[in-house]
Amino acid sequence: MIRLVLGALFLLPGIALVLLGLFWLPFPPETVVGEPFLSPSFSHPMGTDWFGRDLLSRVMVGGRTSLAVSLLSVASGGALGILFGLFAGYFRGFWGEVLLRVSDGILAFPPVLLALILAVVLGRGLPGVTLALALFNFPYFFRLAHAGTLELREREYIVAARATGAGSGRILFRHLLPNLASPLLVQATFSLSTALLAEASFSYLGLGVQPPHPTWGRMLWEAQTWLFRSLWPALFPGLVLTFSVLGLNVLGDFLRDFLDPRLRPFLLYSFSASSKGRT
Amino acid sequence: MVATVLLVTTAVSLVLTALPGDAARLVLGPEAAPERYQEVRQALGLDKPWFARFFSWLFQALHGDLGFSFRYDQVSVAELLRRGLAITFPLAGAVALFSFFVGILWGLLSAARLGSAFDLSLSLANQTFLAIPEFWLGILLVGLFAERLGWFPSGGFPGWGAPGAWRYLILPALALALPRAAYFARLSRAVLADLLFSDFVRTARAKGLPERMVFLRHALRNALIPLAAGLSLTFGRLLAGALVIERVFSLPGLGYYAVEAAFGRDIPLLLGIAAAVTAMVVAASTAADFSYGLLDPRIRSS
Repeated sequence: MIRLVLGALFLLPGIALVLLGLFWLPFPPETVVGEPFLSPSFSHPMGTDWFGRDLLSRVMVGGRTSLAVSLLSVASGGALGILFGLFAGYFRGFWGEVLLRVSDGILAFPPVLLALILAVVLGRGLPGVTLALALFNFPYFFRLAHAGTLELREREYIVAARATGAGSGRILFRHLLPNLASPLLVQATFSLSTALLAEASFSYLGLGVQPPHPTWGRMLWEAQTWLFRSLWPALFPGLVLTFSVLGLNVLGDFLRDFLDPRLRPFLLYSFSASSKGRT
Repeated sequence: MVATVLLVTTAVSLVLTALPGDAARLVLGPEAAPERYQEVRQALGLDKPWFARFFSWLFQALHGDLGFSFRYDQVSVAELLRRGLAITFPLAGAVALFSFFVGILWGLLSAARLGSAFDLSLSLANQTFLAIPEFWLGILLVGLFAERLGWFPSGGFPGWGAPGAWRYLILPALALALPRAAYFARLSRAVLADLLFSDFVRTARAKGLPERMVFLRHALRNALIPLAAGLSLTFGRLLAGALVIERVFSLPGLGYYAVEAAFGRDIPLLLGIAAAVTAMVVAASTAADFSYGLLDPRIRSS
């Protein structure tokens, strides 16, 4: 239980700042509101950046993109992965095998390279980054749903459902999916934390949202060039990001143990491998 | 294994060669003479349909010829890969080994005192290092050790021949190694903690072996397989991490070239890098598969 509280506490600053930022900002994030490189003070709690823009406001706005991209990519990659995984596991055909091979291929491919290639194809911007992350997330959910379905499809209650005349759709979505929900939910939590990290590193590299719009990763890139003047701008965006990732990881650990200790061997570990330890 | 590499490279090259957009225009700039423009288009094969381009690339790649870079005039992709790998490979390799041993030591100490304050503080440090983005850690290290203290250079690389070249790799290696070491610590602690309650460990203790021997000879030996699997996973993860970290420290490694290639639409170079990275990741996981037999005779015989 302590992990639930801790995880929520770690996650709180990032989420609260972003949600608050949707309704109210201390300063306009893209205009100069003070001297450059002010240290944190009462009026600028995180200080100002090299331009004299308020860092707190920029962190609040920057998080929007990071969170939205992560959520969208996990939701879309996850939904597709689950859907295909269910079908491939239940019908066990040629295409299921093909999809398994494709998943292996994606897993062998660093997400950064995926994002770079998509940046060439789609141009630098949010669609490329989101698609790269969705593609990256697909195999985790696909393999989880696939393996789970393979195991569950021979269980008595599935046979019974079939015997009473339930169609494939009913069996897949009313009987199989709910029984796979716990491992999928745990995977989603870890996927979200890796997506946050990956999105930040993509925007650090200059993919994703283009300036002057802030994102946490891009702010860190800007801060790095002015590191010799001030450390503050490099500190806060990274702190908020790290706390959010930490919160998600701790919550994921909690969920896994809380929902079902036996499902551990099911879980495929994600890119930060944050969960690998507790096998 | 070869199938995976082929599948991935084929997919990537298909996407990239089928690309709309005009690489010749990009290579030459807008003011080029029309004749020169046609010449370059032909040289790049842009006058042919995309599938012809794709198959000729695949054919040449299978013969070990990855073509020429668009941007680095007249330098072959293979040569650029070699230059990049000369930095990325030693960096990733050294970090993998270092973090492997430090992490296992860390995990051993923690598993030896399960539930102690030391164990708890380790778990906390662990979770934190796993959540810190590597590139941010890199930036913080630059801020502290390069800008403030001046112990190490803040970036760049003078080439392997230069005296003190290794000093340029310390901070990037540290930024990559700390999260990896945390990962190995966590993995080995968990595996050891499980093993310490198994029957053969109880037997070893019962026959009066000193605790140190129980740990090293019995528990650690049986933990080697999951750890080897972790090492192979880590290698791929490290390559990906190195791509970003090299950007933080302006190291002209594979990642530097990858980003340059993507932003400059240097398609042959990007393709070459994608193929090389996939091959290395797959090779690492195959090596791990083979190592299981070496580490555990039971797997060999079956």
